[in-house]
Amino acid sequence: MSDAPGRLVPVPTAETAEFWDACRRHELVLQRCHGCGQVQFYPRVLCGGCGSRELGWARASGRGVVKSFSIVRRPVSPAYASDGPYALLLVELEEGPTMMSTLTGCEPGRAFVGMPVTVAFDDWPEGVTMPRFRPA
Amino acid sequence: MPESLRGKAAIVGAADTEVGVVPHLGPTRLCVEAILGALEDAGLSKDDVDGLVTCNSIAEPCTYHAEAIAEYLQIFPRYCVSVATGGGTTFTALHQAAAAIATGLCNTVVVAMADSLRSRVSRERAVAMQASTGHPQFEAPWGAPVSASYALIARAHMHEYGTTPEQLAAVAVSTRAHAARNPAAQMRTPITIDDVLNSRMIADPLHLLDCSLISDGGAAVVLTSAERASDLRRRPVYLLGAGEGHGHEHISQARSLTTSAAVDSGRRAYRMAGMGPADVDFANLYDCFTPVVLILLEDLGFCAKGEGGAFVEAGHIAPDGRLPVNTHGGLLSHCHPGHPGAMFALTEAVRQVQGNGGERQLARAELGLVHGQGGVMSSHCTLILGRERTA
Ligand SMILES: [Zn+2]
Repeated sequence: MSDAPGRLVPVPTAETAEFWDACRRHELVLQRCHGCGQVQFYPRVLCGGCGSRELGWARASGRGVVKSFSIVRRPVSPAYASDGPYALLLVELEEGPTMMSTLTGCEPGRAFVGMPVTVAFDDWPEGVTMPRFRPA
Repeated sequence: MPESLRGKAAIVGAADTEVGVVPHLGPTRLCVEAILGALEDAGLSKDDVDGLVTCNSIAEPCTYHAEAIAEYLQIFPRYCVSVATGGGTTFTALHQAAAAIATGLCNTVVVAMADSLRSRVSRERAVAMQASTGHPQFEAPWGAPVSASYALIARAHMHEYGTTPEQLAAVAVSTRAHAARNPAAQMRTPITIDDVLNSRMIADPLHLLDCSLISDGGAAVVLTSAERASDLRRRPVYLLGAGEGHGHEHISQARSLTTSAAVDSGRRAYRMAGMGPADVDFANLYDCFTPVVLILLEDLGFCAKGEGGAFVEAGHIAPDGRLPVNTHGGLLSHCHPGHPGAMFALTEAVRQVQGNGGERQLARAELGLVHGQGGVMSSHCTLILGRERTA
């Protein structure tokens, strides 16, 4: 089935290119507002807190905790089904923002709310590097 | 300002098409049939309509949907728009239609929505539809279906408040009990808590029977000014309160996983209507997945935060409960054709308030609340409908 839908690959925008470039270097970066200090994700042209456009990038620790999870048994397309069920995560990063990701490095059934996790980069053959999380 | 729409507009006609599996009629035909049915119910002709609000079809999308329907009917409205706020679409549309009437933009608005999600959506479009609810860069690449996003909410509620899978299942069981009294419902065979818990796990902790149906169908209502309504054949159902709340689009951006912008939409609607949750006789709440009902019961003030599970488990939303919820059988058991889904909660509320509920007519149905939400607890609209113009 060569015409089967593949994985959905993120297409960077002007605002997000720096984030995805950093992932390719296996670094997690977040935007930080020069005006009010708020750290935000996803990347935007303005600070969601104070509205300032003066934003910089700061390397994140990569550590966080699982805020919620679900074990996905029927993904949106067969392209995601090859490795069997997987744990979808909402990870609350140490710096504050929440990020959606998936669990790696252990069985999906080991996920729990409050689980400490750390970023683990996954180089996809499609040419992007995705920030996944493994048990800390 | 907050009471500006109270009692200004009334629903004077309502109709559903055949729902469930309706392969022989496409979304355009279903939409047209719903409109003709609602106009007949109102005792009006198509030429009385000077406002038309629709939502686009997922199965057969078209760029100018409302215009296409108007053209099919050969009506030439002065207010014509298609709206899209997911499951909140229907009530957002009604809210705005009432505002259009109150400001004199038009006199008689048909709100009509239909789709053929069951019979006319290709596999490719189904994948695209599932994927499109996630943020294209930061959610969709993980390949999770919509059910998993709702599962994240359910899991958070369980963790925070001790909600159990049995309590989630109790929503599905109660909703099926309502559907059993509705001959039009797609699924009418009563189910038990065990049936839900033994159904296939879709996205932990949600089982198949925690998830709504996939259906074909359409429905429409006719809304006009309160003055005009009093001359028509049906007992008018007055719009007493309306409010919206919009918190986020993507679940990973939600300010809270367990409290939604329904708090805002509910507060605005109650304030406009000059009443509170204790005054409401029944509620038709958006039930795409069982945890949504628990959160809405809490956020709309029918029980305290965290007590939605216990409220449902105690039987309060059942047909003979204190607050019957989804008396037609909801998205879980009546039908769910996508964006039009909540229309059936509205047409049912109209029937109940009019006293035309048939076998399932509630003993007390003077004030009904309907609530739609779209996205993943993203956009919310609450409407309060009543038999008397001023409650
Ligand atoms: Zn700032």
